[in-house]
Amino acid sequence: MTAAAGTAPAIEAVDVTRTYELDGVWVPALRGVTLTVAQGDHLAIIGPSGSGKSTLMHLLGGLDRPTSGRLVIGGRDVAGLSPAELARLRNETIGFVFQAFHLLPRTSALDNVALPLVYRGMGGAARRRQAAAMLERVGLGHRVRHRPSQLSGGEQQRVAIARALVTGPAVLLADEPTGNLDTATGAAVLALLESMNADSGVALVLVTHDREVALRARRQITMRDGVVVPPAAPRIPRQREEP
Amino acid sequence: MRLAEAWRVALGALRANRLRSGLTMLGVVIGVAAVVVLVAIGTGAKQTVEQQVEGLGSNLLIVVPGQVSFGSAPTLSPLSLSDVEAVTRVVGDRSRVAVTVTSGERVQAGTAAKFTSVLGVLETTPQVFIRTVARGSYLTRSDVDTARRVAVLGSAVASSLFRDRDPVGQQVTIAGVRFRVIGVFAQLGQSLGIDRDDEVHIPVTTAHRLFGTGRVDGIAIKAPDRERIDELGNRVVAELARRHPDTEFSAVTQEQILGVLGDILGVLTGVLAAIAGISLLVGGVGVSNIMLVSVRERTSEIGLRKAVGARPRDIGVQFLLEAVLLTTLGGGTGMALGVAAASLVSALSPVPAAITWWALALAFGVSAAVGIIFGVVPAQRAGRLDPVVALRAE
Repeated sequence: MTAAAGTAPAIEAVDVTRTYELDGVWVPALRGVTLTVAQGDHLAIIGPSGSGKSTLMHLLGGLDRPTSGRLVIGGRDVAGLSPAELARLRNETIGFVFQAFHLLPRTSALDNVALPLVYRGMGGAARRRQAAAMLERVGLGHRVRHRPSQLSGGEQQRVAIARALVTGPAVLLADEPTGNLDTATGAAVLALLESMNADSGVALVLVTHDREVALRARRQITMRDGVVVPPAAPRIPRQREEP
Repeated sequence: MRLAEAWRVALGALRANRLRSGLTMLGVVIGVAAVVVLVAIGTGAKQTVEQQVEGLGSNLLIVVPGQVSFGSAPTLSPLSLSDVEAVTRVVGDRSRVAVTVTSGERVQAGTAAKFTSVLGVLETTPQVFIRTVARGSYLTRSDVDTARRVAVLGSAVASSLFRDRDPVGQQVTIAGVRFRVIGVFAQLGQSLGIDRDDEVHIPVTTAHRLFGTGRVDGIAIKAPDRERIDELGNRVVAELARRHPDTEFSAVTQEQILGVLGDILGVLTGVLAAIAGISLLVGGVGVSNIMLVSVRERTSEIGLRKAVGARPRDIGVQFLLEAVLLTTLGGGTGMALGVAAASLVSALSPVPAAITWWALALAFGVSAAVGIIFGVVPAQRAGRLDPVVALRAE
C-alpha cells in the first residue's frame, strides 16, 4: 500500500481526536493532534503517562480509529475502513514492537516471526524462508528453533523486531521497546532498530518516556494532556528540568 | 489465513492444555457413546421384532374375535368349525386357512413330563405359517377328518421328553389320553416373547374332544398376494359378522402388527436417544464454558494476532475450529466407545444391538454441530475483541 513511496507521507494525522466512554463519562484522550510521519522518518513521541501518547500510537498503528479528524495510513483514510480492512492495512503497512514483547509461547522464534505472513495467506515454506532471513538480519539465525521461554529478554525483543519487519512495512511503531530490558541490552535493541531505519528505509516511531532514548531520534514530539506541545526552542530546556 | 493453518493452530491450542481438553472432550465422549449404544439397542430390538413377525409367514391375515388393540380385554371366541368352513368358502382355498384352539396341558412320555401349549390345528398349518418338520411328517387331512390321536412335537418339547431318542413312533400322554408322535418340528426360536418350540400340534377335531369344547380361538389366512389382503380381510370379517351379529371381529395383517410394534419401539428408541442427547448437550455446555475461559486466557494473544493483521473472522474461525475439533475428537472417541460397548452388549446379553451407519453419521454430525453451536458465542467474542483492549490484557 505504499504506491506513492518516497513522496507521500507514510502516516498523516490532521486534527485527530479520540474520546473514550468510561462509566458513562466521556473522557478525551486526544484533543486534536496533527502529525506527519514521512517515509523513512525517525521520530520519538514522548510525554508522561496519561499524556495520550499510547492512544496516539494505537491510532497511528491502525489499531483504533479516531473520534474525529482525518487519519491517513499508507495512503488510505481509516475512517471508511471496516475492522477487516483495518487489519489488512496493519498487516501491510505497520510493524509493532511492544514493551512486553508479545511473543506466542510454545511457538518457535521462526513461527513467531512468520505469524504476520500467515494472515497474508502465504504458504508454509515461503513463510519460513522469509522469517528465517529476517531472524538472520536481527542476528538470531542460530536461535530459529528456540521458544520464547528459552530466549533472553534482548533476544525476545529481537524476535519481536524481526516479526514487525518481516512484512516489509512502511512504519515501525515501537512502544517502550527497551522498557523491560536492562540498559546495555536496551541500547543494543535501540541500535538494531536504528540500523533497520537507516538500512531498509522503514520509518521508525518510538514511543517512550525516556528522554535519552527520545533524543537519539531525528525529531521529538512531546505530548501532554492529549495535545502535542509545540516544539518551541526556548521551551526545551524547561522541559528537561521536569522529571 | 489458510484453513490448514487454522487447523494446525487449533490442534496446538488443544495440545497445550491436554488435561483440560481431555476432560472437556469426556463430556462429549460420554454423550456420543450413550447415543450410539442406546440407538443400537433400540434398532436391534426393532430389527429382531420385525424378523420374528416376518418369520410367521408372508401375506398373513389373522382373524380374531374382539378388537385388536393394546389394553382391550380378550374376547371369548364364539367361532366354531362351521365358521371356519364359511371362511374357507370366502377364501376359496382350504389350504390357505389355518385355525387354532389352544390349551395348556401336561404332556407325558414315560416318566418325563412337561406342561406345554397344545394347539388343535388343521393340516394346512405348515402352508400358512412358516413351520418345517425336521423328523417324521405333519398331520394329514384324514388325521383331522377322523380325529386321530396323533401329535407333532415342538423341538423343545421333544428334547425335554425324549432327550436324545427319536420321538417319532413313540407314545405320549396328553391330558391323560395317549397320542402317537408322528413328527417333530425344526427349531424355530422365540417369536414376540412366545417360545414357539414349546408347543404340540394335534388335529383340531381331536383337540375339541380332548378339551371338551367346539370353539376355535382364531383363524389365519394366507392371502394370495399383498394387494388383495385388505379386501380379503374385509370380506372374511363381513361373513363372520353376518354369522355372529353380537360379536365384533377384526382382521390384522403382519404389516399392521409391525406398524404398531415399530411405532412403540421407535418411540422407545427416540426416548433413549433423547436421554443420551441430554448428556451430549451437557457436554456441549462444557465445551462452551472452556472456550470462554480459553478466550479470556488468550486475550493478549488475540490482541497480538489482530495487531499483526488477523481479521475478526480469522480469530473467530480459529476459536470455532478449536471447539469443533474438541467435539469431533470427542465424538470420534465416543463413537468407537459406543460401537465397542454395543458389540459387548450384543455378545454378552440377550439384548440385540445393531450398529447402523446412519446412527454413526448422526452421532458424528451432532457432535460437530454441538461444537459449532457451543463454539459460536466464544468465537464471536474473541473475534470482536478490541485489539487495543486485548493487547493491554496480561
